[in-house]
Amino acid sequence: MTDALAAMSPAYPLIVGSLAVLLFRRGVVQDALALLAPLAALALVWLVPEGTSVPLQWLGLQLHPVASDWLARLFGTAFALAAAAGVLFALDRRSTMERAAALLYAGAAMGVAFAGDLATLFVYWELMAIGSTLVVLAGGASQAALRYALMHVFGGILFFAGLGIVAAEPGGLALRVFQAGSPGSWLLLAGILVNAGAPPVSAWVADAYPRASWSGAVFLSAFTTKAAVYVLIRLFPGEAVLVPIGLFMAIYALVYALIENDIRRMLSYSIVGQVGFMLVAVGIGSEHALAAAAAHAFVHILYKSLLMMAAGAILRATGEIRLSALGGLAKLMPVTAAAMVVGGFSLAAVPFTAGFVSKSAIMAALADDHAALAWFLLTAVSAGSFLYAGLRLPFFALVNGKAPDTVAPLPVSMKLAMLVMAAFNLAIGFSPALLARLAPPIGAVKVLSADHILFQLQLIVAAGICFGVLLKLLAPKSRITIDFDWLWRELPAAVLGRLIRARKQLQGFFEPVLTTARSGIGERFPVWAVRLLEAGNWRTGDIALAATALLGLALLVAAV
Amino acid sequence: MIAAHLPVLVVLLPLFGGLLAALSRHNEAAFWIALVASIATLAAAAALAGQVMAGGPISYRIGGWDPALGIEYRIDAVSAPILLLVAAMGVAAIVYARRSVTVEIIPERVAWYYTMMLICLAGLLGMAASGDAFNIFVFLEISSLSTYTLIALGRDRRALLAAYQYLIVGTIGATFYVIGVGLLYLSTGTLNFGLIVERLPEITSPRALIAAEAFIVVGIALKLALFPLHAWLPNAYAYAPSSATALLASTATKVAVYLLARYLFAVFGIQRSVGPISVADALMALSLLAMFAASLAAIFQNDIKRLLAFSSVAQIGYITLGLAIANEAGVTGAFLHIMNHALMKGAAFMAIGAILISAGSSKLDELAGIGRTMPVAAGALTVAGLALIGVPGTSGFVSKWYLVLGAIEAGRLWLAILIVASSVLAVLYVGRILEVIWFREPAKRSLEAQAVPLSLLAPTLVLAALTIWFGLDAGFPVELASSAAKALLGVSKGALP
Repeated sequence: MTDALAAMSPAYPLIVGSLAVLLFRRGVVQDALALLAPLAALALVWLVPEGTSVPLQWLGLQLHPVASDWLARLFGTAFALAAAAGVLFALDRRSTMERAAALLYAGAAMGVAFAGDLATLFVYWELMAIGSTLVVLAGGASQAALRYALMHVFGGILFFAGLGIVAAEPGGLALRVFQAGSPGSWLLLAGILVNAGAPPVSAWVADAYPRASWSGAVFLSAFTTKAAVYVLIRLFPGEAVLVPIGLFMAIYALVYALIENDIRRMLSYSIVGQVGFMLVAVGIGSEHALAAAAAHAFVHILYKSLLMMAAGAILRATGEIRLSALGGLAKLMPVTAAAMVVGGFSLAAVPFTAGFVSKSAIMAALADDHAALAWFLLTAVSAGSFLYAGLRLPFFALVNGKAPDTVAPLPVSMKLAMLVMAAFNLAIGFSPALLARLAPPIGAVKVLSADHILFQLQLIVAAGICFGVLLKLLAPKSRITIDFDWLWRELPAAVLGRLIRARKQLQGFFEPVLTTARSGIGERFPVWAVRLLEAGNWRTGDIALAATALLGLALLVAAV
Repeated sequence: MIAAHLPVLVVLLPLFGGLLAALSRHNEAAFWIALVASIATLAAAAALAGQVMAGGPISYRIGGWDPALGIEYRIDAVSAPILLLVAAMGVAAIVYARRSVTVEIIPERVAWYYTMMLICLAGLLGMAASGDAFNIFVFLEISSLSTYTLIALGRDRRALLAAYQYLIVGTIGATFYVIGVGLLYLSTGTLNFGLIVERLPEITSPRALIAAEAFIVVGIALKLALFPLHAWLPNAYAYAPSSATALLASTATKVAVYLLARYLFAVFGIQRSVGPISVADALMALSLLAMFAASLAAIFQNDIKRLLAFSSVAQIGYITLGLAIANEAGVTGAFLHIMNHALMKGAAFMAIGAILISAGSSKLDELAGIGRTMPVAAGALTVAGLALIGVPGTSGFVSKWYLVLGAIEAGRLWLAILIVASSVLAVLYVGRILEVIWFREPAKRSLEAQAVPLSLLAPTLVLAALTIWFGLDAGFPVELASSAAKALLGVSKGALP
């Protein structure tokens, strides 16, 4: 029994399921098959014994189709959960092609996680590219699907070339730790980084994912980039070059996510940013950091699926996905709104969400390694991610603006999928031990300490203040995001305009004081002094502001 | 038997007195209930102070519960003088109120007014008596809520606005405080001061503690009107009924200062630096700003009640400055000034209240020459004013002397010079009053002023007399203040009293 299981890759049920759904007409049987496949895969993830399966001889190559350890199980669990929830979410989508493609895609990702050698890994890697391209194609965007496919073929070629070179090395096809030094390992690394969405090709993520259907994007957000992170953990732990690359991704994605109008494009940029976090942790390379990267990938799959589901639900219900055209959905779509808030908060690492747990683990790993610059930058980015995911997205989509008169009703399956994913996010948030069980090395991180929660709240409050100040600037505008030139085309104008307006407001503020002060003390004191001294005439809001400012100052000084 | 329960009686007497006064619904009866309750409270507070002076701190466990679970009342050398002060000022204000309310309060509300005064006293006494951080919050709210009512009962319609403003600000302060207490509880797992202090060394990460400190200090700073959080105070004091102003000016902010001292010295440690700045330095900067800015503002007021209110903000600056100096002379000066300022400002507000009642105005330009028609009230106001400046022979001189001494001992000569320099500003605002009320030809209002009943003047004169007495023979208040200072500074070095 155990031997039989040992040869069963958790990828098989998904791939079989992918083929099986093609045999049936749309209906209960197909639905049941599609739901069962990921659940069977999930069971296998935990039933397959740890260790490498008996080698398989094929064309003179020694292959290990199945190899299991805690890392594979962690990613396998995440992939299976994402696939199950995704299928549930897409239950009434009338596209058998998308369903089959999604299951194939999930199966391929699962195969990557449980691959025991480089050749097996490559096969699943390519299968993953095919599956994901089909998912994009099923959304109807053939141009985007073509660009996506070309990008992954390019990545695949790099990977294959690298594979060919390293296979000739003494280690052969065995999974092992490479140093980015030889041409072979450089090519491997480049191939993986293409899939991870690293610069200079990060743009494919935000190009392709938002063009998938309302359900397709949920699958897309889960697998490709995280599988790349998994492979990096396996093959390139502690590769120093990953740290700057990851930092760049985190910052680049933050900037774009902050200004993006299309919700799903924003979430796609956010994927790049979060993968950046993971890359930095992989680059640090300590046992703790690697586990933290894996844990963050796990959690990221949970909350990004959730967010993509919420975005998909909004798209389906309103036919609209641009923030500038949306608003006031909180009352009309309560479940979706809740999902978006939970997902956004988890992304932003608000305490008691899963994102808080995993991001804490990454930060703790960075701190242990004394990677001060990376720690500082990622902390800032983390605060910034609250700005777009915790505030901007919910505010402009759910609260601000005029709500549409009616929205199309959502099927129960979609709501259920969102609730399940939200529950996972909160469960891990409230009980970090769950995640530590999947990734044992992060068990030592004390996540829910008062100290830690407060620090995160400080960041969040700071981000909240920024949001208030920059509200106008962050308001979604109906336009196509242009590349980096936004920074020098729009930002200076916006800041300048704000300064001019602030000066006018200031003048209006002092004007009455100036006139009343003509008779009396005004002649003897400068205007600001009069205003300060006549405290009896302060408005209540001024006092509250003074108190808050003093408190903020104290906390700020304390944080230094 | 009763002696053992004094720590809780000192709070319960005014609380139940307030209840009785409310139930009586009768103005005269309410006054007598209030008087008896406040005198009994004063007796209890005096007995407690005696016990503490003789035998050290008293710990009282409500219902016999262990402090870790229940509430502990703790009277020590720091809280005993505050209890005594609040109880004494309560008696004076209630005696004063008997005649002032007939003019200032709508008759149907008089019983309520006494109720609120008693409940306010209970809240303030409870804040000083309790050794439990959350219990203190409850009393803080009790005193605040009754204070809002007291202010709002003023005849002037602006009293409503002032009360509302104070309500908002006070609520923000109380919220900050309770958030801070929550953080403190989060990191130590207890609300009892003694236990908090015991467990502080075990806390490895100070961030929650720093946040707790910021919230608690800013919250209390709102209640004690520390510059720049003082803006609620001038209107509240100016438009509240005279007896309420006298009570609040001499007790409410003082208890808040006591609480600040308790937290800064016993819990957080005043010299502990938060980031690059120590708490003491920050407090010192704000205190100095208060001394100068509020004194400057006082100079340009026309309404004497408002003028005195701004002066209160400045004087509170002296008190917090004493705490910030944080040596024995400085803290002694602070506690001395808590008591002395309560007496002098109580006398000042009572005197101007008497003038307001008989002449119908507290505006400086309408009260020219009032000294000729109301010599007693104007005399009391003069004594209080001289004490505000710190003229030798008044209690204000003694407390400022200790402050200057503390500044010099701390090696900060410039601070001593600033303390003296700020007194010059007090000379200006007090000088304006004195010039107008004594040396100008009587105005119409001054000539029409009616005779003032004795029950208004008696407490005013007693407070003015005490201001002089403690200026000439400062033995008693200095003893109280220096034992309070020793207790506080002893605690901050880690040795529990």
